[in-house]
Amino acid sequence: MKITEEMVDYISVLSRLKPEPEEKAQLATELERIVSYMDVLNRLDTAGVEPLSHVFPIKNVMRPDLPCPSLPREGLLKNAPSEDPEAFLVPKAVE
Amino acid sequence: MTWETVIGLETHVELATRTKIFCSCTTEFGGAPNTHCCPVCTGMPGTLPVLNEKVLEFAVKAGLALDGEITHHCKFDRKNYFYPDLPKAYQVSQLYLPIVRNGKVPIRTQSGTEKIIRIHELHMEEDAGKLVHDPWLDQTRCDYNRCGVPLIEIVTEPDFRTAEEVIAYLEKLRSTLQYLGVSDCKMQEGSLRCDVNLSVRPAGSAQLGTRTEMKNLNSFKAIARAIAYESRRQVELIEEGKRVVQETRRWDDNKDATFAMRSKENAQDYRYFPEPDIPPLEITQEYLDHIRKELPEMAEHKLIRYQAEFGLPLYDAQMLTGQKALADFFEACAALGSDPKQVSNWIMGPLMGQLSAKGLEAKDMALSPATLARLISLVKAGQLNRNTAVKVFEAVFDQDGDVDTYISAHGLAQVNDPDALAAAVEKVFSANPQSIEDFRSGKEKAFGFLVGQVMRELRGKANPQAVNQAIRDKLNS
Ligand SMILES: [Zn+2]
Repeated sequence: MKITEEMVDYISVLSRLKPEPEEKAQLATELERIVSYMDVLNRLDTAGVEPLSHVFPIKNVMRPDLPCPSLPREGLLKNAPSEDPEAFLVPKAVE
Repeated sequence: MTWETVIGLETHVELATRTKIFCSCTTEFGGAPNTHCCPVCTGMPGTLPVLNEKVLEFAVKAGLALDGEITHHCKFDRKNYFYPDLPKAYQVSQLYLPIVRNGKVPIRTQSGTEKIIRIHELHMEEDAGKLVHDPWLDQTRCDYNRCGVPLIEIVTEPDFRTAEEVIAYLEKLRSTLQYLGVSDCKMQEGSLRCDVNLSVRPAGSAQLGTRTEMKNLNSFKAIARAIAYESRRQVELIEEGKRVVQETRRWDDNKDATFAMRSKENAQDYRYFPEPDIPPLEITQEYLDHIRKELPEMAEHKLIRYQAEFGLPLYDAQMLTGQKALADFFEACAALGSDPKQVSNWIMGPLMGQLSAKGLEAKDMALSPATLARLISLVKAGQLNRNTAVKVFEAVFDQDGDVDTYISAHGLAQVNDPDALAAAVEKVFSANPQSIEDFRSGKEKAFGFLVGQVMRELRGKANPQAVNQAIRDKLNS
């Protein structure tokens, strides 16, 4: 599959990345190499094989609806890149 | 040209579980910011989400009640988007194999239209956190207490043609989900939220027009007004020779208009892929049978049963089954031995009157069925007359006060003492010879006056029938 620079631009927008213009050609080549690996898989005959939605043969992993204490806020907010005493802070993001 | 409006709904409903969908944090409403959070629901790396079994149970219950097909092999997917209300940068949802497909909701509008609204699908997903944008600084505060609260999203086919149909559907949906106990559906707390997809087309056309999606609709009134506004806006655009742009629009309740939200480039590309952290679900027939057995009696069934079993008129049955809390209250009173029609009259009269006067919802009232049953039995036994009973009812309504205590504290028990009644009649007769004369010469009105006077003499506590009888006897003697 050919990865064009337009596709690199599109994926950059989706991932909120801003590659330098001179990086784009290299990114396209690298992405193409990664995606070409799928061609190996595509060579396999998968007719009659059920699509796999999970790699382990497990299902119905659930827990009872019983509350447990949450993490104390002070500890929780230690993981924030920026915070005030009550909340995580991020650059203003208005939808 | 006549235009037809075509509407489809996406309704998000918060499930009434005790804990979040993938972690054991409480779902309790309110709470100081970020106090109902843990590493899972704040998207810390290396955490493993585990599905709450109650979420599956509630979704299946809702699916069965909406007459849908349950997907036996079901899984979750990641919906990727970057917005800080979701700290993981993706929402765990269901795209490829939603838990329910092809449901049906029969509706009946106030003007009598009956139709079936088709449910395209119902899926499970997690709610997002709450953002507060600082008005002065380049800063947004994130509160993740609601993040990870379980939701079901119910998507209809574009089957609505009027706002009235939309409201009838939402009322039906709300009542059904409340009957099931899977959600409290409080719009003001955001536990029922609605996005409206709307397009217009020439009446009779089979092709759908370009649609817009409206968000931020937080009351039935807002929904009705937004539909009216948006249909008119689209028709005007087309009639001016312009075209409708497919976009998301925000309803502004204060301005009574919709506004285009900043159109995000490629916003609709969520790059869904299967959620690797949640193993697939295999729904067995045994499980479905078990859930089906647990389904409570729904409103339609109660409607028929109330008429057959309790002999209630259709109108009463409709009013009582319209809200689960009222139906439960009614049945509890009837189970305590009260006459069903009496109970119904009390609920539709004084009880609903108190609810609307106090701005309360039936499910939030303090009054217990035992209190109303006691009042009804006192009236029936002739120990309280109906008017006084209504006063007592109003007095005990707020706190579910004790009826007997209130009656004796205020000396309201009905006067059934024949001597006291006779004395009162005697006194009124000797004080009002003219009225007696009037009545004898054919003025029926005078009789009412005499009854009123005797009642007043007995401070309103007498049995009206007994008073009538005593006056008739006296006049005829
Ligand atoms: Zn949590």
